[in-house]
Amino acid sequence: MSAAVSETRAALDAGAPMMELRGITKRFEKKLDFAGRIAQRLGARVREEIVHAVDGVDLTIRKGEVVGLVGESGCGKSTLGRIVAGIMPPSEGTILRDGLDVLSLSSQVVRAMKLRTQMIFQDPYASLNPRMRVADIVGEAPLVHGLVTRAGFDAYVDEQMRRAGLDPAFKRRYPHQFSGGQRQRIGIARALAVKPDFIVCDEAVAALDVSIQAQILNLFMKLRQELDLTYLFISHDLGVVEHLSDRVVIMYLGRVVEEAPSETVFARPNHPYTQSLLASVPRIEARKRAFAVVKGEIPSPLNPPGGCHFHPRCPHAMPRCKVEKPVLREVAPGQRSACHLNDVA
Amino acid sequence: MAEPTLEVRNLRTHFFTRAGVVKAVDDVSFTVERGKVLGLVGESGSGKSVTGFSIIGLVDPPGRIAGGQILFKGKDLARISEEEMRSLRGNRIAMIFQDPMMTLNPVLRIDTQMIETVQAHRNCSTEEARQRARDTLGMVGIPSPDERLKSYPHQFSGGMRQRVAIAIALLHEPELIIADEPTTALDVTIQGQILAEVQKLAATTGTSLIWITHDLSVVAGLADDIAVMYAGRIVEKGAVSEVLDTPLHPYTAGLIGSVPSRNKRGEPLRQIPGMTPSLLNLPPGCAFRTRCPRAADACMAEPAIEQILPGREVRCFRPLTGAAEQAA
Repeated sequence: MSAAVSETRAALDAGAPMMELRGITKRFEKKLDFAGRIAQRLGARVREEIVHAVDGVDLTIRKGEVVGLVGESGCGKSTLGRIVAGIMPPSEGTILRDGLDVLSLSSQVVRAMKLRTQMIFQDPYASLNPRMRVADIVGEAPLVHGLVTRAGFDAYVDEQMRRAGLDPAFKRRYPHQFSGGQRQRIGIARALAVKPDFIVCDEAVAALDVSIQAQILNLFMKLRQELDLTYLFISHDLGVVEHLSDRVVIMYLGRVVEEAPSETVFARPNHPYTQSLLASVPRIEARKRAFAVVKGEIPSPLNPPGGCHFHPRCPHAMPRCKVEKPVLREVAPGQRSACHLNDVA
Repeated sequence: MAEPTLEVRNLRTHFFTRAGVVKAVDDVSFTVERGKVLGLVGESGSGKSVTGFSIIGLVDPPGRIAGGQILFKGKDLARISEEEMRSLRGNRIAMIFQDPMMTLNPVLRIDTQMIETVQAHRNCSTEEARQRARDTLGMVGIPSPDERLKSYPHQFSGGMRQRVAIAIALLHEPELIIADEPTTALDVTIQGQILAEVQKLAATTGTSLIWITHDLSVVAGLADDIAVMYAGRIVEKGAVSEVLDTPLHPYTAGLIGSVPSRNKRGEPLRQIPGMTPSLLNLPPGCAFRTRCPRAADACMAEPAIEQILPGREVRCFRPLTGAAEQAA
């Protein structure tokens, strides 16, 4: 690694935390309906169903960092992203934005604060209002929040569109007149129009073709430099995350199992889940080879296994893993992992 | 050399819409040998799925096969009656779709659906059919197949459902399976499991496989040969290792270059400019011309697919033949 990169890395380490999550938990409860309550009275074994989508997550995102959040479906990565973006309150825990507790502030302060965190969604078809013209999709929020006057509206929208790589001549068009890649650019222009400094991307390139995906990823990197943005990049695609992120956080069934700088995770994964995840990824360099296999399926988050959630699929599981929840602790500088194997060694 | 399982010659599948003729598949030729895996790669709208549908005779109006031959064991599928096609479909040729719910009926139990499929092509008792269904479920790695036979599709996870769809495709030990993005919607660990099963099956049963996907990395590990499609045509064809190591067509090179792991971390990805043209409004000459870094005046004419190296075919006037160009 060049000296310049290590220097920026050092500067990042010293950077103030932009977002700090402490013990964030999100539960989704399905309340019993009337029939269910009667059945319960009569002694039937029906219970309220509770999904622990996010289970006691601590996460710090420093200014200027790109943090990749990786996991398979149902691991809670999107829920965590929504909590970070402020569009979903956590059931428990504290969120600090620039050192201030978001949940205890007055609603007016929070409103201004929330504007500085924006989100870009996976599906460019579902996340744009089909009945609004592009100019209104991009310009509505800045107008409402007083970032731009009615007189300056057109010029402002043009600038936002140009920055996202869209021709302002198309601003009178509707979303259905654009391709998937261009729609994603509209989504990006909309997010950036309110001048945020922190962006949550939830599978923002998953629905795009390979060649378009590269264009959008390059746009993300260009905007990061131009506007000094911080990203939380949620994806199931390890290749994309490896390319983009400074630090990677890996989740499994609502818990963080490993967290480390990008190079470390891909060179020396510590947690058995991270290892098997990396082994499952098809690589273009590979030729006619036997695919590595993790046994079993992801358990239902309604009824997760006790102890370490990964133990039924883990090749190294010990009796202790079934009963005791491993804590996330440092195993190497900057690398944290939640696995009992680290105690044995 | 033995007769290939499938030989597609100059296939044209066109859709006659009110807005004009959409040449979804235009002059496509390829061969699949027994027990081999062909990766059919392309982006959305490149015609890769329509090629698959054409082979198994599932192209709906306004689309129809407008020309060419589909020789399955020497028999031309483009010219046989619907009745004959029905006796082959699900029997000697099977298809696996991206969404397993396209294959499975949500209101019928798995055993009902599987036994029905077995008995559609084979004269046997229900008990024998159930036995066959149970064996195939076991073969694709479904634990306790006896109990699972009695479940409904919604009681399975996405990965398990796709396994059931694969098991149904395997019931009659088909000679050819067409798989249309079957692992795209699955998680990586589950995708890895299914790819491993499929690989094992192709090797042990001698079934030929056409694997349709947009993901070059999956093809890299799974297929023997690869055909890259762009705007309805095959632009490059050859053995997987050769095509991926030394791509000849600028589009193939561009696709490989835009895979993140092929780039240095943190640096801009090499990207193909522009976007896929509409099939209704293709630029004259080479369809890739407008996005191609090597386009020249010659590209205004339509290139033909030619063998320029042993076992390597490419549809380009200015292929990347120098080693330095390919590495770039």
